[in-house]
Amino acid sequence: MSSRDRVLGRVRRALADVTPDERPYAEAVPRDYLREHGDRTVEQTVDLLAANLADYRALVHRCASAELPGLLARLLAQRGSAEVLVPAGLPAQWLAAADPVRVHDRAADTAHRLDRVGSVVTGCAVAIAETGTIVLDGSPDQGRRRISLVPDHHVCVVRVPEQVVSSVPGALERLDPARPLTWISGPSATSDIELDRVEGVHGPRTLEVVLVTGEPAGGR
Amino acid sequence: MSGTFVGMPAFPEAAHDALADPTLRGNLRHATRTIRAKRARAVAELPDWARLRAAGRRIKDHTLRHLDRYLEQLEEAVTAAGGTVHWAADADEANRIVTGLVRATGESEVVKVKSMATQEIGLNEALEAAGIRAYETDLAELIVQLGGDRPSHILVPAIHRNRGEIREIFAREMGDWGRPAPAGLTDTPADLAEAARLHLREKFLRAKVGISGANFMVAETGTLVVVESEGNGRMCLTLPETLISVVGIEKIVPTWRDLEVFLQTLPRSSTAERMNPYTSTWTGTTDEDGPAAFHLVLLDNGRTDTLADEIGRQALRCIRCSACLNVCPVYERAGGHAYGSVYPGPIGAILSPQLRGTGSEIDASLPYASSLCGACYEVCPVAIDIPEVLVHLRERVVQGGPAVREGNRVVLKPAKRHAAERAAMRAARWALTHPAALRGGQRLASRTRRLHPRTLPGPGRAWSATRDLPPVPAEPFRDWWQRTNGGRDDGK
Ligand code: SF4
Repeated sequence: MSSRDRVLGRVRRALADVTPDERPYAEAVPRDYLREHGDRTVEQTVDLLAANLADYRALVHRCASAELPGLLARLLAQRGSAEVLVPAGLPAQWLAAADPVRVHDRAADTAHRLDRVGSVVTGCAVAIAETGTIVLDGSPDQGRRRISLVPDHHVCVVRVPEQVVSSVPGALERLDPARPLTWISGPSATSDIELDRVEGVHGPRTLEVVLVTGEPAGGR
Repeated sequence: MSGTFVGMPAFPEAAHDALADPTLRGNLRHATRTIRAKRARAVAELPDWARLRAAGRRIKDHTLRHLDRYLEQLEEAVTAAGGTVHWAADADEANRIVTGLVRATGESEVVKVKSMATQEIGLNEALEAAGIRAYETDLAELIVQLGGDRPSHILVPAIHRNRGEIREIFAREMGDWGRPAPAGLTDTPADLAEAARLHLREKFLRAKVGISGANFMVAETGTLVVVESEGNGRMCLTLPETLISVVGIEKIVPTWRDLEVFLQTLPRSSTAERMNPYTSTWTGTTDEDGPAAFHLVLLDNGRTDTLADEIGRQALRCIRCSACLNVCPVYERAGGHAYGSVYPGPIGAILSPQLRGTGSEIDASLPYASSLCGACYEVCPVAIDIPEVLVHLRERVVQGGPAVREGNRVVLKPAKRHAAERAAMRAARWALTHPAALRGGQRLASRTRRLHPRTLPGPGRAWSATRDLPPVPAEPFRDWWQRTNGGRDDGK
């Protein structure tokens, strides 16, 4: 007997005393919990996102789309990175004013190569106000999972309010499970040493989130 | 570090040692109280907490009730997404499968993200025996691994170590495992974290094989979910060419939507955060993004035996948030090591004896490692009635009776009279000499009354014939103990 059959057989015998629940699954679980917590206007939801991001020690910036290239150039200059990783589908306009050398992530590049890059700029798929979370789904303006992981400085651009949802249920509805997803709430952190919070063990130690209003210059 | 901790003394002796260690007790008290207070605030932010808890419980119960169907659905979905599914009936088989998969890659080292399932089966030891070195990459697990000891908490496994000890371990051991600690390493947490970053980054960047567990598996889509803080999970899940995930069969949820419940309750219950810093989900493999090969090893190892127990099966709802540890007065004093298992605290006290059976002294004593105060039940985000299962398992230890071991129905003999008595009485005496551990214990009385034998059956009868069992709830155990001077004056 294969182990598969053995395990499934054990499961079935273990459940011999249980009457199966014949209701469709959609009816079997009460979903009377809230879709979102609190009653907010769109602006208030964006403000809550900003507040919760900051509470988890992300650095939050807000600008109109026309100001985005200038702001990104300034953030990268402050960081002083010589190279910046750029996903293939990032609107070219965003980094039109930036100085660092643009590096594209090629599948053939080793992780060691990416490790020498100081900063990365990405878009996002959705941002969750109640938890201060940004979610990346590997779309062309976000790139492979590794590019937002290896460099120490991640700048993530969120288009508000279109990409903002209130809550975790709202985010899951919008996301495609077939894509690899990375949910990021604040920079990498640990509390393993005497419960003292330390930013950054393995992921980027600095996370900057830019909330941009209006259609970004140059479109998508 | 072995998953079975052979030769562990029973809980009361191990707890006794822990109590004699002032550093351990101080660290634990600080940790559990801090997390407890933060958690209460995080939970209070959600006015629908009770409804989320009820939904989580129902999702898991429904899944367990149809576990065969969801396992098959999951297998199909993972396979369709480009993954390979393996089935392991026990620890040996899982270790054989993983060892074989690593060997097939030609590699002799792997990076691991903290996984209780792989600790449970002793995977690191099995790999080592096969000449494969496994690097734990979670900061706390690294501290534990370099220090040559065992995790003591689900969430903060190295909570028994303070910064001075960690500095010392890093300075002494890192060189043997890879990049040495920087000269002049101080004991500030930031400095220690930086040393870990440098030490581990070297391994992440060259690793070809990653090994993980998973917090959830979604049957309808074949998606796996890992929830973490540091980013070592993301490193292990995305940089290697081959990813092997070892996951208990109870970790399934039926639908993608179900994650909306657990991604709200798990972080708040666990680290008291609105959301943990990183959550990764992946479905099979994705072209040119992440590992090219993905293997899922579905682990039974006592879970189906647990499923066969009408009362005990609810332990399989556990999402390993560790909230029950932080509220447990017994855990706070005894520490995680006393439980002799990778699953410490209240959940360990009901899970380990079910996964492993109650044959050993430690497993027979675990159901007594509790004051039955009920705090663990109140705090559990999937409403596992831990006290109910504890009392049920006590009965089983004392009384024996039908059970399922390795898929076969067996009739357990009652624990040898002296063993059962010793386990019970020592644990009771231990708890009773630490009165705070009993505070609030009245919940036991009303909820579990029907489970209390008036006299102990089987070999316990002789014992209970000469000593009155404390009547509950007419008089709480604690009061009875005080009134009768620890039972010595009873009947007078
Ligand atoms: S038993 Fe409940 S409280 Fe304890 S770790 Fe599991 S889910 Fe959390």
